[in-house]
Amino acid sequence: MRKCSISALDAVFAKIAESMTLYIPADDKNGAAYKKWESGMQLADTLNTVRSPKDFFFPQIENLMEFKTSGKTIEVIDTREAKEDFVVFGVRACDVKSFEVLDRVFLSEPVDSYYAERRAHGVIVSMACSRPAETCFCQTFGIDAAAPAGDISCWKDSENVYFEAQTEKGSALLNVIADLTEECGTEKVEEQQAKTREIMKKLPLADLTTEAFEGGDKTMEFFNIPEWKELSESCIGCGTCTFVCPTCQCYDIKDFNTGNGVVRFRCWDSCMYSDFTRMAHGNSRNSQVERFRQRFMHKLVYYPANNDGMFSCVGCGRCLSKCPISMNIVKVMKTIGGKK
Amino acid sequence: MQKITRKMLIDKAAELLQNGTVDRVLGWKNGEFVYDVTPALFTDAEALEKDFVYNDFCGANFSKYLIAETRKQGGKVLVFLKTCDTYSFNQLLTEHRFDREKVYAVGIPCEGMADIEKVKKAVDGIIAVDGKDDKIVVTSLYDGDVELDAQAVMAERCIVCKSKKHVAYDELMGEEGEVIESARFDEVEKLEKMTADERFAFWQNELSKCIRCNACRNVCPACTCEKCVFDNPDSGVENKAAADSFEEKMFHIIRAFHVAGRCTDCGECSRVCPQNIPLHLLNRKFIKDINSFYGDYQAGAEVGSRAPLVNYTTEDLEPGEAVEKGANN
Amino acid sequence: MMNTRNEPLIPKIGVITDIRIDTPDVKTFRVVTPDGQKAFEHMPGQCAMLSIPGVGEAMFSITSSPTNTEFMEFSIKKCGCVTEWLHQAEVGQQVTIRGPYGNGFPVDTAFKGQNMLFIAGGIGLAPLRSVINYVRHYRDRYGKIDIVYGSRSMNDLVDYKEIIDEWCNDDGINVHLTIDREQEGWDGHVGFVPNYVKELGFDTDKTAILCGPPIMIKFTLDGLASLGFDKTQVYTTMELRMKCGIGKCGRCNIGSKYVCKDGPVFRMDALSELPDEY
Repeated sequence: MRKCSISALDAVFAKIAESMTLYIPADDKNGAAYKKWESGMQLADTLNTVRSPKDFFFPQIENLMEFKTSGKTIEVIDTREAKEDFVVFGVRACDVKSFEVLDRVFLSEPVDSYYAERRAHGVIVSMACSRPAETCFCQTFGIDAAAPAGDISCWKDSENVYFEAQTEKGSALLNVIADLTEECGTEKVEEQQAKTREIMKKLPLADLTTEAFEGGDKTMEFFNIPEWKELSESCIGCGTCTFVCPTCQCYDIKDFNTGNGVVRFRCWDSCMYSDFTRMAHGNSRNSQVERFRQRFMHKLVYYPANNDGMFSCVGCGRCLSKCPISMNIVKVMKTIGGKK
Repeated sequence: MQKITRKMLIDKAAELLQNGTVDRVLGWKNGEFVYDVTPALFTDAEALEKDFVYNDFCGANFSKYLIAETRKQGGKVLVFLKTCDTYSFNQLLTEHRFDREKVYAVGIPCEGMADIEKVKKAVDGIIAVDGKDDKIVVTSLYDGDVELDAQAVMAERCIVCKSKKHVAYDELMGEEGEVIESARFDEVEKLEKMTADERFAFWQNELSKCIRCNACRNVCPACTCEKCVFDNPDSGVENKAAADSFEEKMFHIIRAFHVAGRCTDCGECSRVCPQNIPLHLLNRKFIKDINSFYGDYQAGAEVGSRAPLVNYTTEDLEPGEAVEKGANN
Repeated sequence: MMNTRNEPLIPKIGVITDIRIDTPDVKTFRVVTPDGQKAFEHMPGQCAMLSIPGVGEAMFSITSSPTNTEFMEFSIKKCGCVTEWLHQAEVGQQVTIRGPYGNGFPVDTAFKGQNMLFIAGGIGLAPLRSVINYVRHYRDRYGKIDIVYGSRSMNDLVDYKEIIDEWCNDDGINVHLTIDREQEGWDGHVGFVPNYVKELGFDTDKTAILCGPPIMIKFTLDGLASLGFDKTQVYTTMELRMKCGIGKCGRCNIGSKYVCKDGPVFRMDALSELPDEY
């Protein structure tokens, strides 16, 4: 384990930014957001960013290819360009786990090369939590906020930042900043971890469990229960939950006529939207209750059924903070899991 | 902060259910924390007692829900309306969006709702929140009880509240207030004083944060089209993400134009925006302009009033005069 | 540039080399690559994504049999943006094509040695034509073949010429055509497909393959059940909205199964274990 003083963090950022683009959570007047580091930019002191880091690998919008058409002929232009290495600093344990959830979708065969390319070039420097919020429930999904994964794991106390490489990529990055850090013991980090784990036990959602959703494909157990109607009753059908969610990965593919050719782009889509499944001759999910059910069934039942029991929620709590009507996965889990 | 208590509302709701005036109640349901209340229907006293909640975080405007509620079979629905909600209620009636006969509206006074984002900025690890007089006491996982000035964590829309007067109700609880002279246009004036470039940069910065979640549109009581042009694949503008920086702004500007003269300034758009974009300022600019071009007009103040933009009179000002009055700012 | 990397979402170019007008709203398009080859190999029941840049991309079942080594065919009903555009296209028009997608029918495994009963309604014949012609090509691998096909009117029967000229003349193939209402010039059966299936009263020594409008599927399933067919003897092919075709965009799922990847072909016993959301 290595460390540097907090006052030296600026120099560490500068060193990293010499060779790679560096992104850090920086304070915005409306909450923290990942920003490209520039000299003098401070690490946000809030718990997490408003928007999840999924944009780094699965951006809200990205061009897939272009077409030139002339008469009856079409030319497909592959616009993919080689990516450069970049570093995302300060990713919380929940969000680090979200990349694993996304990987299972985008990196399974056939591999999505757009995502894969970004993932290959991204270096994740995580940051352990020491002051989790009341909306946090990462522990429900077996995530330890005090021991985040990533290429490098970091801890921060009032004096220092501690670094521990977890992968080869991480070791390489630690080498880059070797002159600015020094070898150190793990006592301080362990002390902080113990404290954080004590706090985790006291969080209001500490006893939230996935038990009801474990043990095989529970689709038919939950699909037709009457609770969906009441849970979705006041849902306004917006896409806030899906778009702030670090693991929601459904997308749309659309064409945009630039006037000088056609760009085919991909953008985030939401199963909460009425046109998500609409076809020329009908819609398989015609009402909001069906769309609402789809989102939570996907996270709690369908995704696990296809991914060795892994849930596609990491307990980051963003939807708990941002849903306009304060309906969220925790309320759904408690209600349909029979724990309320 | 609120003078109306949970108990008073539960008693009223139970009474109206009991005497058959209504068969369901649109209210706020308790959440996991103090602030995550969800709009919900209650059909009996037991459910009310168990889950009904009323506190400083019950900011949601219920008016728009009445469109769906009044299309249901059955008796009347009871809705509790804060003063600002009553303006939306009237505006929806003006636009014939729901059946007034199927609603029993109870006006409730409001002292201003708290903005949870402001509370969260001040306190970490919120375990409990209690209001007393002009203070809010937040129990924190880290800092014990923290006392906050209610005014300091009040929602922006409530700080500049335009009216404590209910403009629609079947029954009123508490005392009626008055329309108030509010400072709600101050922020708009700040924008007007910017140069065009500064203002463009301001909106560019704000609107570039938009994630096109449609929360603003879906919550807006003025956005009641059965099929929004932005959801219609045949419209040519249907998109889930901005394909370029022009489209980034187009969605919000078109929306602001479409609700101009109908927006009551309820502030729901800014309340729900996950990216905290001050969307209400776009609408409020239109309101301010309409006031200065055509004389003061408050959408929803009375049912059936014709908004200046859809009501031609020979006294309407000419385009040149509008420019003189600041139409280009 | 990194265009050497394989990317499933980037399509190939296809050229429409022939357009056959089947019915007032169905045309069959023949597609090859610009150098005259098949765009890719496929199995009966699999699908392909066709697109016209600027109009959109949509999933279509491949109507031609894989045994056709020269080209692919798509029978397409006019019912949305992409299909409307295709219907006004001319021979020589290029489109984009990617695939094949989906599981296809188990023609070389479960179907082998079986008597086959094909039941289709309207444009539902499109995905079945591929299987039917595959089975006809490898005739000795399968038993008796029955084809029940119905449409609104005789003008709405897709592939009518092929049915009459080829299928009806094959040994061991019984073709049963029906139309919904009486029509001048039609001396065949009149009535809905589900009822006709019951009237024909098939023995249960067959594997049944269904495709058609949801309401036809529903009643035909009831009919087959009443004839004693087990769910394990019945297959169908599904269609839901798709964008990626590779199980990632998230919309074509029925429960945990993605129609584009785990389907579109489902055996009825497996389908009936999934939620009724299609």
